[in-house]
Amino acid sequence: MSRQLVVSELRKRYGDLPVIGGLDLEVAPSEIVAVVGPSGCGKSTLLRLAAGLDTHYRGEIRVGDELVCGPLPAVGLVFQEPRLFPWLSVADNVAFGLGERRGPQVRALVSDALAAVELTAFAGAFPKELSGGMAQRVALARALVTEPQVLLLDEPFNALDAFTRMRLQDHLLAAWTRYRPTLLLVTHDLDEAVYLADRVILLGERPARVVDVIPVAPARPRDRRDPTLAALRVALLEALHLERDSRLVTA
Amino acid sequence: MFAAHQLPPPPVVLDAAVGVWRRGLLQQDIIATVLRVAAGFTIGSLLAMVLATFIGLSRRTEEVFEPTLQALRTVPTLAWAPLLLLWMGIDEAPKVTLVAIGAFFPVFVNLVAGIKNVDRKLVDVARVFDLRAVEIARRVILPASLPNLLTGLRLGATQAWLFVVVAEFFGASQGLGFRLTDSLQSTRVDLMLVALVCLAVLGKLTDSVIRAIERRSLRWRDTIGERQPA
Repeated sequence: MSRQLVVSELRKRYGDLPVIGGLDLEVAPSEIVAVVGPSGCGKSTLLRLAAGLDTHYRGEIRVGDELVCGPLPAVGLVFQEPRLFPWLSVADNVAFGLGERRGPQVRALVSDALAAVELTAFAGAFPKELSGGMAQRVALARALVTEPQVLLLDEPFNALDAFTRMRLQDHLLAAWTRYRPTLLLVTHDLDEAVYLADRVILLGERPARVVDVIPVAPARPRDRRDPTLAALRVALLEALHLERDSRLVTA
Repeated sequence: MFAAHQLPPPPVVLDAAVGVWRRGLLQQDIIATVLRVAAGFTIGSLLAMVLATFIGLSRRTEEVFEPTLQALRTVPTLAWAPLLLLWMGIDEAPKVTLVAIGAFFPVFVNLVAGIKNVDRKLVDVARVFDLRAVEIARRVILPASLPNLLTGLRLGATQAWLFVVVAEFFGASQGLGFRLTDSLQSTRVDLMLVALVCLAVLGKLTDSVIRAIERRSLRWRDTIGERQPA
């Protein structure tokens, strides 16, 4: 059961610096939306606000019919880095959000989530024994195990090499198929955006607002070599440049 | 370099040790000292852990207690000895208290530093799961500062052994520290050496125990001090 994420007229400033300037955004239940935009444009801030980590903003963020004014059990967040608890085993890291009871029910949920990211064999390992890609898969499992209705991802595969990144994108899709959360993914990687998302939302320079929305038509599973995706990537690139050039002209 | 009465050879020291052991004096001294260290170290480090947790986690507690504790810390800890004697008399209380003071500060300072250094990024993970502040403290901040706590405990234990000797210099009738001063008066260097060896062995033993606990409970650490996973 996933829920809709609605952001309306969102404004956020750090001191005198406006970071988000009137942003409207809607993600339908179980939809995958990618957000791209120039770095420093407030993408990560958008996710922190949606996750309830920072409640000083104006405008509205709703998950289903719940207003976000603090962390909600219905909302999960995967960070840029895995941020695993080094003193907990992989299984205990995954179970973190489920509380401290370790009944058969919890164990079943954890082994399910580990299976979804193909890490069953590493349940007893410590984070220091994992590669970067594996650690990020554990982070993904930890976010999914509580079955959030909305999952936010903040450039989750940024630090990984191209091959690992592609594998993790497929892990993410597989996990999404299994749990069907509403996904909002912030990324720098245009290929990733068009491969994963139903729609790609383009943000302008800071203060962030939506400058373009590009629907991605091909049905899943998609082929990375699909020329439609390549064409969309070009369109995105052009839109990004247009946006920057228009800023330069008006500035 | 030294005359035999100043530095007796090992066989003489061994004889002396066997002698005091047969008369039951050595056991009595060891037990007295170990009990004082155990009591003082337990009280001092527990108090330090409680206070450090509160001060590390709450700005307000920090504002109330930190200046006082900083001021107290600047007193060379051994300078407490005469005052404690005056306040508490010459029985066990001042000795245990002195040991507790010795153990307190290393544990306190290290744990506060550990808590303050916990990565905010890990705390954010817990916040996303909507954990209450108490749960974040217990499940994230305290485990993350465990390495510092164990360092503090090791230093605290070393201090405890140091302080118990000094405590027993004043008004004790048994204990290894008492044996040192007593032997000085009777110029029994062999007995002094027996006491010194006992202190060294006991101190090392304590350190090894804490180190073993450290190794066991910090297996998860990824540092050059830890063995690489196979």
